[in-house]
Amino acid sequence: MNKKFVLGIYDDEDVLLHAIENIRAAGTNIHDVFSPYPIHGIDDVLGIKRSRLPIVAFFCGLFGTSFALWMQIWMLGFDWPMIIGGKPHIALPSFIPVTFELTVLCAAFGMVITFFIVTRLKPSLKVNVFDKRSTDDKFVMAIEVNEGVTDMNALNNLLRSNGAIEVNEKEVIR
Amino acid sequence: MQHVSPIREPLVTGGKTYHDITEDVCRQVEAKPNARWAAGLAVALVGLAIFVYSVYRTLWFGIGEWGLNRTVGWAWDITNFVWWVGIGHAGTLISAILLLFRQKWRTSINRAAEAMTIFAVICAAMFPVLHMGRPWLAYWVFPLPNTFGSLWVNFNSPLLWDVFAISTYFSVSLVFWYIGLIPDFATIRDRATGPIARRAYAFLSFGWTGSAKAWSRYETVSLILAGLATPLVLSVHTIVSMDFATSVIPGWHTTIFPPYFVAGAIFSGFAMVLTLMIITRKLFKLEDYITLEHVESMNKVIILTGSIVGVAYTTEFFIAWYSQVEYEQYAFINRAFGPYWWAYWSMMTCNVITPQLFWFRGIRRSLTATFIISIFVNIGMWFERFVIIVTSLHRDYLPSSWAMFSPTIIDIGIYVGTIGLFFTLFLLFCKFFPVVNMAEVKAILKSSSGVANTNTMHSTDKGLNTNTHHSNE
Repeated sequence: MNKKFVLGIYDDEDVLLHAIENIRAAGTNIHDVFSPYPIHGIDDVLGIKRSRLPIVAFFCGLFGTSFALWMQIWMLGFDWPMIIGGKPHIALPSFIPVTFELTVLCAAFGMVITFFIVTRLKPSLKVNVFDKRSTDDKFVMAIEVNEGVTDMNALNNLLRSNGAIEVNEKEVIR
Repeated sequence: MQHVSPIREPLVTGGKTYHDITEDVCRQVEAKPNARWAAGLAVALVGLAIFVYSVYRTLWFGIGEWGLNRTVGWAWDITNFVWWVGIGHAGTLISAILLLFRQKWRTSINRAAEAMTIFAVICAAMFPVLHMGRPWLAYWVFPLPNTFGSLWVNFNSPLLWDVFAISTYFSVSLVFWYIGLIPDFATIRDRATGPIARRAYAFLSFGWTGSAKAWSRYETVSLILAGLATPLVLSVHTIVSMDFATSVIPGWHTTIFPPYFVAGAIFSGFAMVLTLMIITRKLFKLEDYITLEHVESMNKVIILTGSIVGVAYTTEFFIAWYSQVEYEQYAFINRAFGPYWWAYWSMMTCNVITPQLFWFRGIRRSLTATFIISIFVNIGMWFERFVIIVTSLHRDYLPSSWAMFSPTIIDIGIYVGTIGLFFTLFLLFCKFFPVVNMAEVKAILKSSSGVANTNTMHSTDKGLNTNTHHSNE
């Protein structure tokens, strides 16, 4: 299905933030905003909720801790117990370094893999960028057009009156 | 708006716009290789060839090709290992710890510093792997089922901790570095004209579009990774120091080792970052991004960590005397005045005296002086590890087994070779990857460029530009 978008191009982050506030206040639904760098405060004006990735990291880390402790206790304590340097079979203090490292490893990889999946980032040759300048120096606001419902002129005026330097249309073929 | 005090020096000079940043950083990625770069690569490849030859000799004829003997069973290999790992630490410090401390000057140097970390850890890993003698069995260091041998690995051994520490450090650093690269790869992809470049960078950019939601998650991930990498980097050199500290050898068996090694690692790492950045900014004309302010900030870190290292040397000596253990006392007297006195005093001169010159503002802000001192620090830190390792081993409890260590041509070849390997990787990185993190520099441009960003603000109503929606900062 083809989707049609109106793109408002901005060249300043503060103008853009204001425009987002005003356009959302005017009742227009913003599909997405693309920027060359992370803009502080854009989450609040766009209503993006705080990411839950830290929770993922915590639980993956917890898994790493438990796995590392289980592994070391089982291997040296039960599967093949041996006296090493006169220490008890289950010498917890010397298990700490490996436990710590595996906690960090699992937390980092678990979170990053989840980030790639939820953000749909994967190696691919196909790229869907609305406007190539959005990875260089422009900020692109995409608003979805409902054929026959959206008043194009009003939308154009709304974007321009809020500081857009250009307003373009773009059709996305799915 | 983020507020920056007017007395702070701008971090980006030359009145750059967002587009200028893209142009300046992408230039060397898109241009044909320049002659100086090619010459540098040629020299690095000679080093790499020396490495390959020395490794071939080591593998074909065995560890006997090295200068090790029964008394000094660890020498250049472990010295070089610790030296390289230490160098790597500055990259993580810059990208993770300075991110947590919100030091904005990190943005233009973190990419290259992290690349340095990854390449330094690769070089470091060569030494323990080669010292195994049969590196094709290197996977035996992992806890594999008993069918591979009769036992599990020994989780009480600091050498095993090292396996986990170094491999975790390498993989987490690599991921952290790559996440930062994704948006910049997208920028290069969207500018690329050639079909190969467009496809290659499209593949590398993971389909990044820069949507607000993705950026929000990206920032969360960066922050959490920084929070994880900070204790990680401290743990890595702590564990490296435990390779020595847990052994009952006079000169090694001290509790001061973990903090002292971590400070030394940061010290040597910053020196290497300076060495590399002074060359890179010149070679790729990045003077507006890597400014004297950046150099000065790094030099301040060098004075701090250099002084910590100096205090640690003195403390060690004092404690040896204070402990009243005659072996410990002998180990330290032997270090300073024994047959390896020249190594000890090279270390003292390079690490304790030279960095103190940075108390002078003129020296701190002089590129030539900084470059020379950074080389001195690198040499000094190599000697530090050599002194700790060889002088503690070469005269053990039994005088009949006292010996000296002298490196063979293969020892030297592997060491010089890893420097070649390092620079080969670094120069390839400089050519094909964006050396400066464009997205992060753009993010600080408005608050830290020293000029109002007027040339990108034509046709917009400045009256809109108020601070209302930033009240949460």
